Amino acid sequence: MTPDQARTMLETTLREIVPDADLSTLAPGADLRDTFELDSLDFVEMVDRLSTRAGFRIEEDDADGMRSLDAAIDFLVAHASS
Amino acid sequence: MPSLGADMEEGTLLEWLVKPGDTVHRGDIVAVVDTAKSAVEVECFSDGVVEALVVDPGQVVPVGAVLARFGEGAPSPGPSGTAPVQAAAPPGPQHEPQQGRQQEPKQQPRVQQEPKQRPREPAMAAATPVAPSPLVRRRAHELGIDLTTVHGSGEGGVVIRQDIEELARHAASRPRVSPLARRLAKTAGVDLANVSGTGAGGAIRADDIRRVTAAGAPGTEAADDEVAERRVADRRVAERRVAERRVAERRVAERRVEEGSAASGGGQAGERAADQRAADMRHSIAALMSRSKREIPHYYLSATVDLQRTSEWMRERNRELPVGERMVPSAALLSAAARAAREVPALNGHWVDDEFRPAEDVDLGLILSLRSGGLLVPVLKAADTLDIHQVMALMRDLTRRARAGRLRGSELSQPSISVSNLGDQGVESVLGVIYPPQVALVGFGAVTPRPWAVDGLLGIRPLVTVTLAADHRATDAAIGARLLKAIDRILQTPEEP
Repeated sequence: MTPDQARTMLETTLREIVPDADLSTLAPGADLRDTFELDSLDFVEMVDRLSTRAGFRIEEDDADGMRSLDAAIDFLVAHASS
Repeated sequence: MPSLGADMEEGTLLEWLVKPGDTVHRGDIVAVVDTAKSAVEVECFSDGVVEALVVDPGQVVPVGAVLARFGEGAPSPGPSGTAPVQAAAPPGPQHEPQQGRQQEPKQQPRVQQEPKQRPREPAMAAATPVAPSPLVRRRAHELGIDLTTVHGSGEGGVVIRQDIEELARHAASRPRVSPLARRLAKTAGVDLANVSGTGAGGAIRADDIRRVTAAGAPGTEAADDEVAERRVADRRVAERRVAERRVAERRVAERRVEEGSAASGGGQAGERAADQRAADMRHSIAALMSRSKREIPHYYLSATVDLQRTSEWMRERNRELPVGERMVPSAALLSAAARAAREVPALNGHWVDDEFRPAEDVDLGLILSLRSGGLLVPVLKAADTLDIHQVMALMRDLTRRARAGRLRGSELSQPSISVSNLGDQGVESVLGVIYPPQVALVGFGAVTPRPWAVDGLLGIRPLVTVTLAADHRATDAAIGARLLKAIDRILQTPEEP
């Protein structure tokens, strides 16, 4: 998966939870939970939806590391096949 | 119109989900009602067949008014072939509440309850049906009866209408005054002896007090009464117009959402409806919180709890759970609060008429902040009897539906104790304002790794600050301390059910 694909996947997923989520103006290190006011339930839902889209199970420890925009994209690029 | 919150006086019927001739079952969602706070799905309280829809969508009616008439589920032989529903026309000038929703004649045994067909699934059996139905609660409220003092003769000890009616008959000698009316009278300095009640059986209702105070003096001339009546009528018309507009606006907004064109706040109409709702909600929060701070002498306690064990246990369990069903620490915190409240019954209940009335179950109020602003407090019924997985599932479901404006009436019943969890907002500790007539509120701050002394050494542990705001009229700090200790102990032994 390319970084662009990962970013698109993340944005699509976020918009299902926060309809007006926009990643284009976001700083790379921005905290996703703070920026989009995701509570812990929302975050679980986001990870669940990403797991389904990416086609592999994202473990909780990995999910904890996906808090910033960059970290989430890096993780998806590294782990999602093709 | 069921009462969907302590401060609700009337509601707007938004939508019928059934039509005459439909067979319905206890727990089915039959209508959507708009209150000051939110749209709420109204459940049916018994099995039966819809005979007539009395109230049209868009109409504003007071709590207790007849919304629809239901007959029994199957044709029964005999003179009362279609059911025990009383006439819709009330005798007095006030709406005669809740006849016809589900009552059977009191002397008649329950017969023919087997429905012939089941056109819809019964609503999720989320709550144990031990809480009295909203109708019963409303009736009790009107009659000035405190339900916690009533012995229930229904299934599972639930208080049914017959119980309170009988109690009311026994107490018929003393004038009946609704709690709100009593409060209003007290505030306005009205002597209840001078007020003639227009409620059922001459009970004095809030409107009776308002009429008296609007007229200037207790029990005055007809002219004053007329002015007051007209003022009330004008207000009702104005309110109805507002409500109708709101309904229309919401329809537009909803359609927009359905069409997928609306993200957040799309369209002027949607925004105006949202504004109105936010204003209404602000108003009801203001009233309730002012009352709390005016009447309740709060005391506050706090304790720091080590969540290492609970976190490890949860992480372990989460490895086996599907991603979407993973637990979050809040579930453990809520569950611990509920079980601790069971251990300290003096904090689980209500302060009514200058005394504490313990609640039978731990009905845990979950204080939720909405994205649009404001709060809703859905209830986890008998939360102390649920395991953490169940609490987690219920919490997820209630949160989702509260934010979508899709809570059911039974989920907004009065909690026995409430929890405010502000951990996700990064708050360290919560010094809460109690929701009257409850007597306690448990607060949880953020779970954060912090230095902590463990076995004489410094360690880094996930810690949370747990707080209690409690009503000093009902308990002293020593009792409150017990609750915090119990929460700590429960969180140290997460594996125990």
